[in-house]
Amino acid sequence: MVFMKARNATQIDQGRRKFLVGGLTATGGFLLGVPVLNLVAEEQSNGGGSIGFFVEIKPDNRVIIGVAQPEIGQGVKTSMPMLVAEELDVDWSAVTVRQMPLGIVKTADGYTWKYGGQGAGGSTAVTDNWEYLREVGATARQMLVMAAAEHWSVPRAQCHTEPGIVVCDTLGARLSYSELAARAAKLPVPEEKPVFKDLSDHRIIGKPQKVVDAREIVTGKSRYGIDAEMPGMRYAAIERCPYLDGTLASVDDSAARQVPGVLDVFPVDGPKPGEPYLILASGVAVVADSTWAALQGRRALKINWNKGPHANENTASFWKQTTDLLAGTGQVVRDDGDFDQALAQAETVIEARYEIPFVNHAPLEPQNCIVSIEQDRALVIAPTQMPSGANRAVAAVTDLPRENIQVEMTRVGGGFGRRLTNDYVAEAAMISKKIGAPVKLQWSREDDVKHDFYRPSGMHEMRAGVDEQGQITAWTQRLASAGKYYRRPNVKPEDQFKPELYVDDFPAQIIENLRVEWLEVQSGVPRGSWRAPAHTANAFVVQSFLDEIAHASGRDPLQLRLDLYGEDRELAYGQHGGPVFNPFRLSRLLKQVAKSIDYGTARPAGRAVGIASHFTFGGYGAHAVEVTVSKAGELTIERIVAAVDCGVVVNPLGVEAQLEGGTIDGLSTALNLEITVQDGQIEQSNFHNYRLLRMKDVPIQFETHVMPWGDKPTGMGEMGLPSLAPALTNAIFNASGVRIRKLPIKDQLKKALS
Amino acid sequence: MIEFYVNKLPVSFEGPEDTPLLWVLRDHLKLKGSKFGCGIGSCGACTVHLDGRAKKSCTTRVSTVAGKQVTTIEGLASTDGTLHPVQQAWIDEDVSQCGYCQTGQIMSAVDLLANNSSPDDDDIAKKMNNLCRCGTYIRIRKAVHRASELMTEAD
Repeated sequence: MVFMKARNATQIDQGRRKFLVGGLTATGGFLLGVPVLNLVAEEQSNGGGSIGFFVEIKPDNRVIIGVAQPEIGQGVKTSMPMLVAEELDVDWSAVTVRQMPLGIVKTADGYTWKYGGQGAGGSTAVTDNWEYLREVGATARQMLVMAAAEHWSVPRAQCHTEPGIVVCDTLGARLSYSELAARAAKLPVPEEKPVFKDLSDHRIIGKPQKVVDAREIVTGKSRYGIDAEMPGMRYAAIERCPYLDGTLASVDDSAARQVPGVLDVFPVDGPKPGEPYLILASGVAVVADSTWAALQGRRALKINWNKGPHANENTASFWKQTTDLLAGTGQVVRDDGDFDQALAQAETVIEARYEIPFVNHAPLEPQNCIVSIEQDRALVIAPTQMPSGANRAVAAVTDLPRENIQVEMTRVGGGFGRRLTNDYVAEAAMISKKIGAPVKLQWSREDDVKHDFYRPSGMHEMRAGVDEQGQITAWTQRLASAGKYYRRPNVKPEDQFKPELYVDDFPAQIIENLRVEWLEVQSGVPRGSWRAPAHTANAFVVQSFLDEIAHASGRDPLQLRLDLYGEDRELAYGQHGGPVFNPFRLSRLLKQVAKSIDYGTARPAGRAVGIASHFTFGGYGAHAVEVTVSKAGELTIERIVAAVDCGVVVNPLGVEAQLEGGTIDGLSTALNLEITVQDGQIEQSNFHNYRLLRMKDVPIQFETHVMPWGDKPTGMGEMGLPSLAPALTNAIFNASGVRIRKLPIKDQLKKALS
Repeated sequence: MIEFYVNKLPVSFEGPEDTPLLWVLRDHLKLKGSKFGCGIGSCGACTVHLDGRAKKSCTTRVSTVAGKQVTTIEGLASTDGTLHPVQQAWIDEDVSQCGYCQTGQIMSAVDLLANNSSPDDDDIAKKMNNLCRCGTYIRIRKAVHRASELMTEAD
């Protein structure tokens, strides 16, 4: 869903310039941005007034730049304003960043978004806003230059800018932006699109900029959703049904009501099985005068649950279902050449099956939300990746007009895709509506682990045919999985496969006879987008299988990849991250990581390297991992080399951070993470049995390479993750002879080698 | 009523004695820098100092801190705004991504450095066990070394 959103944002880009207006602040500053304009009357929108502006030049030369996307740790609050500041031509140190609220505006034919798409998902922010935000900055600069030229009565061509100053070359005169602000504010926004700086003239873009909120973060002043408050606010917690799609049978709340501070207890109805998730589960809400009282009241509830339709589901039955399905035939979603004939004529046939578990997002800030429902309007303060979805969730609960639902964004304690859905916002709205007061809903860690839109689980069956020369002539990937688009009535049955298998992914268009097939597994486990969604599964499967083919046909895994990726050229890519995919860019990264890790150098027994690479949402990533596997199966990760090509690098420090974090996320998930089901309930509950990686497991030798390409940036939130897992398991095979085909790795090595 | 000190100021709490210190700090004293992450003393996002040593406030009953000194992230910098060297190191190394765990990480690092002024990578691996979901461990490691240098220079 998020990806449809991203495309909308790009479309808005082309028309957004006409919404730009300039204006004067009460204190004589200059504003440039996108107020509501002539779409509707101002009173019909929320977040109006100066908050609608992207750029504000203060009389004291400070510059305030707005950011429309939520900061979830991906760095947009730093990188987006960098784009504006570069073209505005100001010192980065003069910039203060302001988080914008949701800019929803009612129009004659629905709703539009003042600032374009405000979601954080699919690594789209930098890509979608590269042109637009630079244009905002350049337009403001254009107007300041016009104001200066007018003041000096000289042609504009005789003026240029230095950071924060317009200089007249002929007169040798200088005026600061703040001195020009009042005059610039009276000028009409020029119709012609401004000329951008050359990349080589950049002073801010491409230079390492630290996180803008760093000081607030390290002093504890940064405000997350969990830190927000509203006057008169109550605190709430919900005991949710532990059974997938189970319901409340009965509740004895007498003890809960005795807990000091508890104000109210009432049921919350969950979705009906098979219907879309407004919220995830049925439950019982406890409202209190403090967080602890709500949690204690909740603990005192005595509840009988109806176990619901999935009471017999467990992880073993899930895998049996995948195996049974793979024995039949599914939906062929790509069929190039003649796969059957090519396979029949192959010299060697290689087959393998791989298993990908459900995983939990586990952002460190547990879900929370403050909602105040009033008679004709609502205010929401939420840590969300999708503020428009938060608005929609409250509208669904209250029937309030969407333009009367204001959504304020806070800093967000991690997203990873979890907060693309706003179920916790809907829950808070239900409670606020019921009690007639503002409420802060607080999830526990257990709630977050047990109630999530988990990364889909599935079994991949791979088969390839290789000819006498070692060329791969036939390739198939058959996936039996529980897809993430189920329970979405707007998605046609034949489109359900789309977020599970990206049909233009490598090796499509490279291996001539290729077939991709999907089979749908039934499961009551809710599913959603987890960082780099299906790329995490498909990179593991495809990059593992390439090594298996290389070993079976006596070829070097690196050389096999370089041969397949081929020359510098663009292949059509129709899914998110397209329109093109240039596999040569993967080769470039692979050569780098192979060189850095001394690929091809002999190592002692039990020690080896593995490599992998993958194209994710427009960006390119590669990893090389060196491991030692002892005879007893103890795994030591000696060294990791990671490389990324995200086109033009906007903020080198931010890109490296995402590459480091993505790599560690990949490592953490590959080593230990899985969500399992027993008798229709999620088995894991907190960090003691959902063991995310800690410092002691991060290798000291950790090297990153950021390799720029071309003249456009791509996003960076997800590209650093997918190729880590297969690089690791390929290294494990080279070190131990044990092929990991089931994630997570956990104790498989010890079992295999004991 | 339970009386104790937070960031050197006397405070009192009249609610249930089993209330975790974390929720007293956050809900009652409105000190929001200590974070809730797991509630079982595992992730360390709630780390504060109790009489100068790192302590997970989510599993510390407020009744157990009576008469004691609690230091939170808000009390770490000098009153004139000068950052603690660990805070400065966290900025210098650009550690934060989402930033949610970092106040707890910093409180743990201050404790580590108070007892070991120049920890090596092994010491850091052993003592810095707080969870960072964004995976900023590489920069946390650098920042602890950097803080150690800053503190040595200051001596």
